[in-house]
Amino acid sequence: MINASLKELAAALAAKQVSSLELATLFLERIAQFNPALNAFITVDGEKSLAMAREADARIARGEGGPLTGIPIAHKDIFCAEGWLTTCGSKMLSNFVSPYDATVIERFKAAGTVTLGKTNMDEFAMGSSNETSFYGPVKNPWDPAVVPGGSSGGSAAAVSARLTPAATGTDTGGSIRQPAALCGLTGLKPTYGVVSRYGMIAFASSLDQAGPMAKSAEDCALMLNAMAGFDARDSTSLEREAEDYTRDLGQPLAGLRVGLPKEFFAEGLSADVAQAVEAAIAEYRRLGAVTVDVSLPNMNLSVPAYYVIAPAEASSNLSRFDGVRYGWRAPQYGDLADMYCKSRAQGFGAEVKRRILIGTYVLSHGYYDAYYLQAQRIRRLIARDFVEAFRQCDLIMGPTSPTVAFALGDKAGDPVQMYLSDIYTIAVNLAGLPGMSIPCGFGNQGRPVGLQIIGNYFGEARMLNAAHQYQLATDWHRRAPTR
Amino acid sequence: MSLSLDQVQRIAELARIELAPGEAEQTRDQLNGIFVLIEEMQAVDTAGVEPMAHAQDVAQRLREDRAVETDRHQAFQKGAPEVEAGLYLVPKVIE
Repeated sequence: MINASLKELAAALAAKQVSSLELATLFLERIAQFNPALNAFITVDGEKSLAMAREADARIARGEGGPLTGIPIAHKDIFCAEGWLTTCGSKMLSNFVSPYDATVIERFKAAGTVTLGKTNMDEFAMGSSNETSFYGPVKNPWDPAVVPGGSSGGSAAAVSARLTPAATGTDTGGSIRQPAALCGLTGLKPTYGVVSRYGMIAFASSLDQAGPMAKSAEDCALMLNAMAGFDARDSTSLEREAEDYTRDLGQPLAGLRVGLPKEFFAEGLSADVAQAVEAAIAEYRRLGAVTVDVSLPNMNLSVPAYYVIAPAEASSNLSRFDGVRYGWRAPQYGDLADMYCKSRAQGFGAEVKRRILIGTYVLSHGYYDAYYLQAQRIRRLIARDFVEAFRQCDLIMGPTSPTVAFALGDKAGDPVQMYLSDIYTIAVNLAGLPGMSIPCGFGNQGRPVGLQIIGNYFGEARMLNAAHQYQLATDWHRRAPTR
Repeated sequence: MSLSLDQVQRIAELARIELAPGEAEQTRDQLNGIFVLIEEMQAVDTAGVEPMAHAQDVAQRLREDRAVETDRHQAFQKGAPEVEAGLYLVPKVIE
């Protein structure tokens, strides 16, 4: 049951082979057993979960169940969920019980899923290893000495260790795809604007996008069906017809043009990852795909441009945390300015402060043109590179991360090295394109390797199709850490 | 480019983040390391390239100007550090 797909779980629920209450109980027991060592969850509230499960069972009994009704899932602690502690991995929000639901939460509630808990994450989603969380690092289920990736590291570890059938994540520069790769999962970041950001605590608003993390492309498609859709409460939500993301899963891949950007296979890619990714591409050729050499000449500028744009937006977004309306307030202070300065100094961790300071600087008088506008111009160049590349191919493939999961503490003291672990994912966010990561083998020390698939705007169904066909032909996505 | 200690203090002031004594030096060194990475942008000629603020070229939606939310201030103020009579309390700012 713990390895079952969402479709199999739904079928078992419909056939009364299992109840939602039994499923929730099973996964809550696994969480109780394995989470102390993994630290994948910040909040677990069994009573709430079981109440949701009973409701789902009643709904199924009435014949009103949908494809996800009764299925337990976990949510990244960046999503506001009414009545649940919602911390965003920060001391700043360590006392924040949300008075409302994010649209993503609301949509999953409407679908009848059962919330197992809120997963650990890098503080305010700023990190690539889950080490910046106020609640401590998450351990990778494949090897507790290594990181699960970040920032959605808790969601990744929870799915990988089979503590939940699936989870939500968010991706600003790779925060779904990189942990999915490092934990051996399938994760998808949709086209910017497809999933509502309402109630999702903002990091960099022009880049943030929520998506599913699960054991397979088919599961991700089902999750995305529930998550996606127009929402008037998010000013950047796109008004589009609803899509069924499972519709093309069964299509053959004959004639699919796969673009291979030479920049993805250049210096900096470790040999073990290159080998697994190349083997996956060979498998795609066997499945009928044609590979095309493409180029993203400005990709090397994506990390520098990102570390101007994302901190700039973050410095503005995080100005709301002032110790007045919610969140942490310093116990002792003098005047109002002192209260702000002390509350923020105590409430934010080191990485969050660094990014706020960078953002404040690049937006300050006299530096705006040189940094912020220049970064936005480079963003345009990067987006154009993709437009050019997609003239020659249907999908782009390459590595998700330059290395397999690294040891805890390895990069924690060196922000620049940490930033460079997102070198292959960041450009996708800057362009606003959809991207996913699927397991494609193992590298050094038997750690998982992820294949990144990048689609054109609104190309989610096509990406999922390519991922699903690969998963029908291979079994990397079925491998789980032994427990 | 290299940030001075005074500049770091000034940025922290603008960002309303208190830096503990001794913290400024370490922060300066880390920020300067990050700016070495960021400076790679400066070598690129972007003359004539329109800045891209957003992933999608869409105009902001407008809606009718009417109240759509219900008053839930009690629920919203439940988590506030200090509230009295529906108001958020902060240190005195006007004598």
